[in-house]
Amino acid sequence: MSSIPVLLIVIVGTFFLLELAPGDAVDAYLVTIGGGDPALVQALRESYGLDQSALVRLWVYLTSLAHLDLGWSVQFGRPIRDLILERLPNTMWLMGAALALSFTLGSLLGIIAGARPGSVFDRFFSIGSLALYAVPSFWLGLVLIIIFAVQLRWLPTSGIETIASGKTGLARAIDITRHLVLPVSALGLIYLALFLRMMRAGMAETWRQDFVLAARAKGLARRRIVLRHVARNALLPLVTMLGLQAAAMLGGSVVIESVFAIPGFGRLAQEAVAGRDAPLLIGIIIVSAVLVLIINLLVDIAYALLDPRVGASEGRA
Amino acid sequence: MSLPIAILHGLSVRYRAGGVAHAALSSVNLEILEGERLAIIGESGSGKSTLALALASLLPENAVQGGVISWPGLGREPVAGRDIGFIFQDASASLNPVLTIGEQIAEVVRRHKGLGWRAALAEAQELLAKLRIPRSEQVLRSFPHQFSGGQRQRIAIAAAIAAGPKLLIADEPTSALDTIVQAEIIRLLNQLVREAGTTLVFITHDIALASGFADRIAVFHQSRLVETGEARRLLTDPKENYTRRLIESSIDLTTPSMVAS
Amino acid sequence: MKTVSRLIRSPEGLAGLILLALPIAAAIFANVLFPADPLSIAGPALVPPFSDPAFPLGTDRLGRDVLAGLVHGARASLAVGLAAALVALAIGSLVGTVAGLAGGLADEVLMRVVEAFQIVPGLLLALAFVSVLGASLPVVVLAIALGAWTGPARLARAEVLSIRERDYVASARVIGMHPAEIAFREVLPNALPPVLALSSVIVAGAVLIEAALSFLGLGDPNTVTWGAMIAEGRNVLRSAPYLSIIPGIGLVITVLGVYFFAEGLNNALAVRGIRS
Ligand SMILES: Nc1ncnc2c1ncn2[C@@H]1O[C@H](COP(=O)(O)OP(=O)(O)O)[C@@H](O)[C@H]1O
Ligand SMILES: [Mg+2]
Repeated sequence: MSSIPVLLIVIVGTFFLLELAPGDAVDAYLVTIGGGDPALVQALRESYGLDQSALVRLWVYLTSLAHLDLGWSVQFGRPIRDLILERLPNTMWLMGAALALSFTLGSLLGIIAGARPGSVFDRFFSIGSLALYAVPSFWLGLVLIIIFAVQLRWLPTSGIETIASGKTGLARAIDITRHLVLPVSALGLIYLALFLRMMRAGMAETWRQDFVLAARAKGLARRRIVLRHVARNALLPLVTMLGLQAAAMLGGSVVIESVFAIPGFGRLAQEAVAGRDAPLLIGIIIVSAVLVLIINLLVDIAYALLDPRVGASEGRA
Repeated sequence: MSLPIAILHGLSVRYRAGGVAHAALSSVNLEILEGERLAIIGESGSGKSTLALALASLLPENAVQGGVISWPGLGREPVAGRDIGFIFQDASASLNPVLTIGEQIAEVVRRHKGLGWRAALAEAQELLAKLRIPRSEQVLRSFPHQFSGGQRQRIAIAAAIAAGPKLLIADEPTSALDTIVQAEIIRLLNQLVREAGTTLVFITHDIALASGFADRIAVFHQSRLVETGEARRLLTDPKENYTRRLIESSIDLTTPSMVAS
Repeated sequence: MKTVSRLIRSPEGLAGLILLALPIAAAIFANVLFPADPLSIAGPALVPPFSDPAFPLGTDRLGRDVLAGLVHGARASLAVGLAAALVALAIGSLVGTVAGLAGGLADEVLMRVVEAFQIVPGLLLALAFVSVLGASLPVVVLAIALGAWTGPARLARAEVLSIRERDYVASARVIGMHPAEIAFREVLPNALPPVLALSSVIVAGAVLIEAALSFLGLGDPNTVTWGAMIAEGRNVLRSAPYLSIIPGIGLVITVLGVYFFAEGLNNALAVRGIRS
């Protein structure tokens, strides 16, 4: 497992990056409460270990991390782990839905475009997806709000669910879904364009393979050739791309959460920046790195299921 | 005497590339007789593969075809897979790497014999046994990369003959394999077409290989058909200089081994 | 030159050049067209677009000229995008070349560092970086570059690994050239073209990240940026949606121009590759 040293680099790197910050959490806290006497400041610093040298604090931090303890947020007055765990589900819903939407729809449209390379469909999707890919997700989010929430009033403008609606069960699920439609579209449409373009390119590449010619020589129905022989193979690089884009997508949800006021992980990061809450920011970065690693692990497993050559070929080569 | 299975009347193929067209076959006239084993020989680039692809209507989009191919023996246009089976040079490329062997053989049976998957897979298993691939049931669930080059080519042959085509086209099916495996595959192929009465068009650049089992030989050189004839006659008494040179060069190469044995 | 004419003749390349001409001209002539500070108040607040010839695209909440902001914003967008891409390319090529040439433990360590940067969301890293060092143009440029240098690094390393086995590098080694000299005189120039091909995509990505950062309020507060204009317009999204929409169109045109340009360039280079 090479991911442990990589994660360690992330932790140490982030730790020292935030060391560069002028002032610390106690300073920030004092600003919010309007100053305090030096004795209190000293006591606060000692209680958070801020009077120690950076190396000592790094060591303390690493040992507590080993116990899955991410430290204490002065700003919120709560354990960082709890804060993150509380916000994470909203981000996971947003990202998961955007990923599912963009992957399925993107590969489907990519198959339609790539089924007949050079056709009108193909040209249209090729240029259309490039145009969509150029749209910043946060701006797309605002445009969607203007059209569907402000003008048409079909969907709510912000939040993850109607506050204090008292809804439960199915009604609540529907409410959350209605709130997620716009943010998921804003985040997902750009990746839809990406997956569409990759699928289309992969299909074009696969059409030139010998086994596709062999499938034609077998006299198979065009539908089967397109779906089973061409698309099935073109899907593989898409799965790899899914892993590569995981980090970017998590970054994208930070902005989307800000646009739609979704109390998720990305909003927490912004709040940490605003409150100069370095330990919280470190915790968020580490957790997002772990998340990206987990997604990549899942992607590797999915890839191994889709490509029978994985594993076996390594033994031979 | 039955009708020829296919007749090529002035068949020409040109490939367009970057504005210029380049002739790969120039007015070829050739009859392919029912049940014969016809060897097409010629050096690389002489147009052999182009001929095979034209026969099977598999020419790429940049190809321009002239002349006519008629199918008197069939009495209609051939259906790919059902009337014509095609074996490619490199089975590791012509088998889909992510589909099981079973699926790749059974899809042909299913398509052309109208069977369900279960019955088609059972037939696929019989075909594998016929091609002397051991543990055929397990093979059905395996993938191409799990087999050697020779086994892969047998699997490809099984898929090509799965619908019982009248015409089998093999484009240098053994040139990617070593000589021992090559001999085995040729023997097997020969036996299969004999049993089923299949017409075989066997493409090779190796005269010695062709002389071993072909009924007739057609020699190609620089997009043209140089000479055709009954195999033994053509080898012993070639009419054209090019054929003679081709035979001599092939003997030159094999002479040392003849002396040694 | 052949490449240029082929680029112009391909529909994507031409479209890219036309689209890019707008922001580039705006960036160059910003001070000529709108000499006044675009952040200063120019007229009444919230003039709608196309209603007052003095403010063709209207004014914002504080009465600042939207068109002036748009034109000056092009300058910030392009400057930050290009600078960040340049820094990312420089860092990436350097690290990749060193890793590829050194091999062994150094390569191993450097590649782990590359992976570490890849698993941290670039925007989150930029957010942390800017919040620590304070928002100013150089910091923003560096923050964006930090999230973009890994692609060029991997590419440069792969390129170096394939090139170092080729003849001219081997012969340079035989005549006793110093490894560093080999790196910079023989290997780097050859590894550069594919890395440069990646650069337009990096520019586009950098423009987008810059916009996102300034949208989140982490851009340089003394510079007009499209992202900040969009964020500012958000406050009056219901009554004056044009304030958020207009700068976004500037972004889309710029990024799309870069993508089309890159696509056209790739096609032109591919054709050249086949012919030569
Ligand atoms: N798809 C193609 N596009 C352009 N030229 C081709 C194509 N396929 C084959 N050719 C050219 O046509 C000629 C005949 O090729 P081919 O039929 O493959 O010969 P052979 O099988 O005898 O080696 C060669 O000069 C080859 O370069
Ligand atoms: Mg050939």
